Amino acid sequence: MTTTAEPIDERDSALHRVITVTVNGRRYTRLVSTRKTLADFIREDLGLTGTHLGCEHGVCGACTVRLDGAVVRSCLMFAVQSDRQSLETIEGVAPEPGRLSHVQQAFWDHHGLQCGFCTPGMVLAATALLERNPDPTEAEIRETLAGNLCRCTGYQFIVESVKAAGAAMRADAGGAS
Amino acid sequence: MKPPRFRYYDAETIDEAVTLLAEHGEGAKVLAGGQSLVPMMSLRLAYPDALVDVNRVSELDYVSRRDGELAIGALTRHATLERSPEVARDCPLLSAAMRWVAHEAIRNRGTMGGSLAHADPAAELPAVALALGATLAASSREGSRTIRVEEFFRMPFVSALRDDELLTEVCLPVQPPGAGSAVQEIARRHGDFAIAGVVASVVVEDDVVAQARIVSFATGPAPVRLTAVENAVAGSGTGDDELAAAAEPAAAELSPTDDVHATAEYRRRVTKVLVTRALRDAIDDARARGEER
Repeated sequence: MTTTAEPIDERDSALHRVITVTVNGRRYTRLVSTRKTLADFIREDLGLTGTHLGCEHGVCGACTVRLDGAVVRSCLMFAVQSDRQSLETIEGVAPEPGRLSHVQQAFWDHHGLQCGFCTPGMVLAATALLERNPDPTEAEIRETLAGNLCRCTGYQFIVESVKAAGAAMRADAGGAS
Repeated sequence: MKPPRFRYYDAETIDEAVTLLAEHGEGAKVLAGGQSLVPMMSLRLAYPDALVDVNRVSELDYVSRRDGELAIGALTRHATLERSPEVARDCPLLSAAMRWVAHEAIRNRGTMGGSLAHADPAAELPAVALALGATLAASSREGSRTIRVEEFFRMPFVSALRDDELLTEVCLPVQPPGAGSAVQEIARRHGDFAIAGVVASVVVEDDVVAQARIVSFATGPAPVRLTAVENAVAGSGTGDDELAAAAEPAAAELSPTDDVHATAEYRRRVTKVLVTRALRDAIDDARARGEER
């Protein structure tokens, strides 16, 4: 699906570029407008609509994706800037079809979501935190997730989900929990 | 599409970047981390004709020790500085400030040079640079020059950089023995812009504050050194009452405004409290470092 209504001049690289991006392990090559945000590219050009757009100016965190492993706001990058780089979106988090990641499973078990709009960003931010530190304090969890806004849950169940996911990850790694 | 129309250029070297800036003139903006510029474009508060993307200029991404200074390439990401053992050792105030700068996802993209060039009066890093007495380096096709931090921040979102200049490096003096530093900030939520903030850098000798540099931010058009407080605290003891007394002149040195987040009067009053707390923390930090050595 392409929603651009502008005329495309492929010869003008200041306005359009061909980019190649690896997303969730799959390579995509697309012609993009240089002013298209990475978030719109992921949703409209790749059809990966799990990445949500809330505020579209970097406040809400719903559009969080991972760029070469680092969590970033996809609404604050242009698609052209991701050329030759590797992305992970919420669609790439589950280890295989029909199975959830520890973080996803914990959000399910502990009611870490209501409407689900913020959830993709929450899951990616929480996953990055737990990979770095599988046993964060509640204060660390809250500080990390302060960059992701949820308007339903009041955050309590989200924090509990992240704690439970950390415990599951530690158990999986064979460590004491 | 969210941002207004612009022409996009990307550079791989400083030379390419400054050539593009010279060609595209005053309508061009440098795109570094984009964590402030892109939201401003999305809100249509900024509508540059051209963006010069410097994200692939790898020669601008480094932290290195040089002649008693820590030299930081302008493209060095906040997250890199936050995790850098060199920064923690040589410039602990910068390390301490990082967790106050927005959120992890922002710090993974945001850059040292971008934060300074953006000159947001409520941002932490300009205040840190002023408190430490940074020297900035900028390049254009005409050549390079250095700019003292005291001359760098002009007005909200206006720095001393010319339209054709690229900020390339920030040099911070290595923290001397006996020194300590601290950040204090009030914001509605962690990671929000400060309603008022203070950074303090002190040198303590024999339970007396020998030197202090104290900067207030989010309380005026640019971060400002509180020189009356610095003079009052120099030579003073380190007791809570002495620090509170030294912080008294803080309010008179500010020119805050009312806005939706807080009144000017609130900013004045809270700054005085933050100065006292930042001095306390900085002195305790100096002592803790002294004991470690």
